[in-house]
Amino acid sequence: MSNNILEVKDLKVSFHTYAGEVHAVRGVTFNLKKGEALAIVGESGCGKSVTSQAIMRLIATPPGEIKKGSSIIFDGKTDIAKLTDKQMEDIRGSEMGMIFQDPMTSLNPTMKIGRQIAEGLIKHQGLSKQAARERAIEMLRLVGIPNPEGRVDNYPHQFSGGMRQRVMIAIALACNPKLLIADEPTTALDVTIQAQILDLMRDLQEKTGASIILITHDLGVVADIAQRVVVMYAGKVVEQGTVDDIFYNPQHPYTWGLMRSVPRLDHDDNKELIPIEGTPPDLIAPPKGCAFAARCPYAMEVCLEQDPDVSKVNAGHSASCWLLHPNAPKVERPVEVGGHNHG
Amino acid sequence: MANNPNADYILEVKNLKKHFDLGRGAVLKAVDNVSFSIKRGETFGLVGESGCGKSTTGRTIINLYNATEGQVLFNGQDVHKLQGRDVKAFNRKMQMIFQDPYASLNPRMTVGDIIGEGIDIHGLSSGRQRQERIYELLETVGLNSEHASRFPHEFSGGQRQRIGIARSLAIEPEFIIADEPISALDVSIQAQVVNLLKRLQQERGLTYLFIAHDLAMVKHISDRIGVMYLGALAEVADANELYRKPLHPYTQALLSAIPIPDPEIERTRERIILEGDVPSPVNPPSGCRFRTRCPKAMPECAQSIPELKEVEPDHFVACFLYN
Repeated sequence: MSNNILEVKDLKVSFHTYAGEVHAVRGVTFNLKKGEALAIVGESGCGKSVTSQAIMRLIATPPGEIKKGSSIIFDGKTDIAKLTDKQMEDIRGSEMGMIFQDPMTSLNPTMKIGRQIAEGLIKHQGLSKQAARERAIEMLRLVGIPNPEGRVDNYPHQFSGGMRQRVMIAIALACNPKLLIADEPTTALDVTIQAQILDLMRDLQEKTGASIILITHDLGVVADIAQRVVVMYAGKVVEQGTVDDIFYNPQHPYTWGLMRSVPRLDHDDNKELIPIEGTPPDLIAPPKGCAFAARCPYAMEVCLEQDPDVSKVNAGHSASCWLLHPNAPKVERPVEVGGHNHG
Repeated sequence: MANNPNADYILEVKNLKKHFDLGRGAVLKAVDNVSFSIKRGETFGLVGESGCGKSTTGRTIINLYNATEGQVLFNGQDVHKLQGRDVKAFNRKMQMIFQDPYASLNPRMTVGDIIGEGIDIHGLSSGRQRQERIYELLETVGLNSEHASRFPHEFSGGQRQRIGIARSLAIEPEFIIADEPISALDVSIQAQVVNLLKRLQQERGLTYLFIAHDLAMVKHISDRIGVMYLGALAEVADANELYRKPLHPYTQALLSAIPIPDPEIERTRERIILEGDVPSPVNPPSGCRFRTRCPKAMPECAQSIPELKEVEPDHFVACFLYN
């Protein structure tokens, strides 16, 4: 059997709007190994959340649509893109769990949190009410909620933001999923609370062996928790590799741009930040060539005409950029990016 | 905080308190006895987590809120005691840039009128001159004159924040309070706006109070930083000094909580993970407000409130560990 828990191949997702068809995800391909934590990074509108929602089959249809030819192979056998809604219900919440950015709107405000955790256990694992309640208390204890026996009967508004995110994690992990998708799980939280939640996620991953897809725009969080990284721009994967590949040997000018535009807390110099000029393209009418070409300081004529193929850098590291073509001119990677530890 | 009589302070905040009456005898002490000073031409960063009172401090300084107690001296004048004409003069000298570029621009006004409103109120120019001034401001912030006739919804978040900056510059202020001006923007756009703010400061000799929760960005833009926790200042120091040598246990925890975009550093880093959540400012802990989460709390921390003291030159900390 394959070593991959998830194989996403040529995933395309569109939304039909009054203004036209928005091509939110335009042919995304990546794999996730068992027990691995993979981060998907990119700016708002790059398609990272839509990708994760497609994996969970949470794209509302209409207006959304997972295009023909997309495949999402889960656990070596099931193609999620082809399941009926009914079949998907058996997987979602039992074999796959999801944590959202905003723990207030993703919890039901009228339901005690114990019941919200128990819901999935009763449905998927056929536990009795009493057994599910006991398991809910056990889950609350696992995610570090003090006095779980008392808290199990509280409502979401009685918890702080960080505590609510712990409850979300408890719900997501209650049925021992093989895959956990966390969409900006700490973005709404303060840094000291973020540190607690990341610590918890790392700890739980070790204990349960679940694979994680972490969606974030924060490169610090990526460096902290992920083993592999997928960088997305304008609905496509522009680069993917291990964290070390991406941080120390990045190949795509967009990845360079991302790294250079954030200040480093541990660097003393107050050099000017180097922003990526301009704004991302409109995905109703995506550009013909490379989507990043309009903002890329290294863009060549071919970049505007034709989308680059995926070039392999090493076994697990690839990028889609014409600069990697054998006939392309040699471009020096900016000195600020990567390489300061690994020449 | 001791003031060096020779330094040119544009702003002095002295024992500032801002309490909100919640009814039924409950009082939210959003800002409780905060003192700091800002030198002319510098950027002072105010950081802290949500609910620490950093935004309330900013809003009280610019007189959007009355002070419950204490003083805010701007160019030596108490901003909360100004009357009549002096209020208008003060409003011209101090401006604010807000966090949410979607909520802080009137959707029914053109960009030109949004920027021109201050010019009109203060009667700085009219007719052609006013128009030219607006065009010039748009170009200063990296937009162009065509944008003047458009409406806010036609712009992206980063562009809207530029419009907010142009509006604040229109009346040529000396002092700008930027309250989380980049938090709503994508990282690549954040750098554009921060560079713009830095350039404007150099060109115009502006003084900034930069309020944000992103310590890496605050350290990048600020000369000095004040760290707030639950309505009080925990530590004030030079930006690089604060990172190199944080003294307050809260500052230490805050710095250690921020993940650094470098996998090798992250693999070997020891984190201080604080227990629990920030207590409610309605009923804060007695004594030092951080003691309930402080890994180094001592019995005396519960008894009295530590004062902000200068323990090293220009490095102030409110903690009994340094008595």
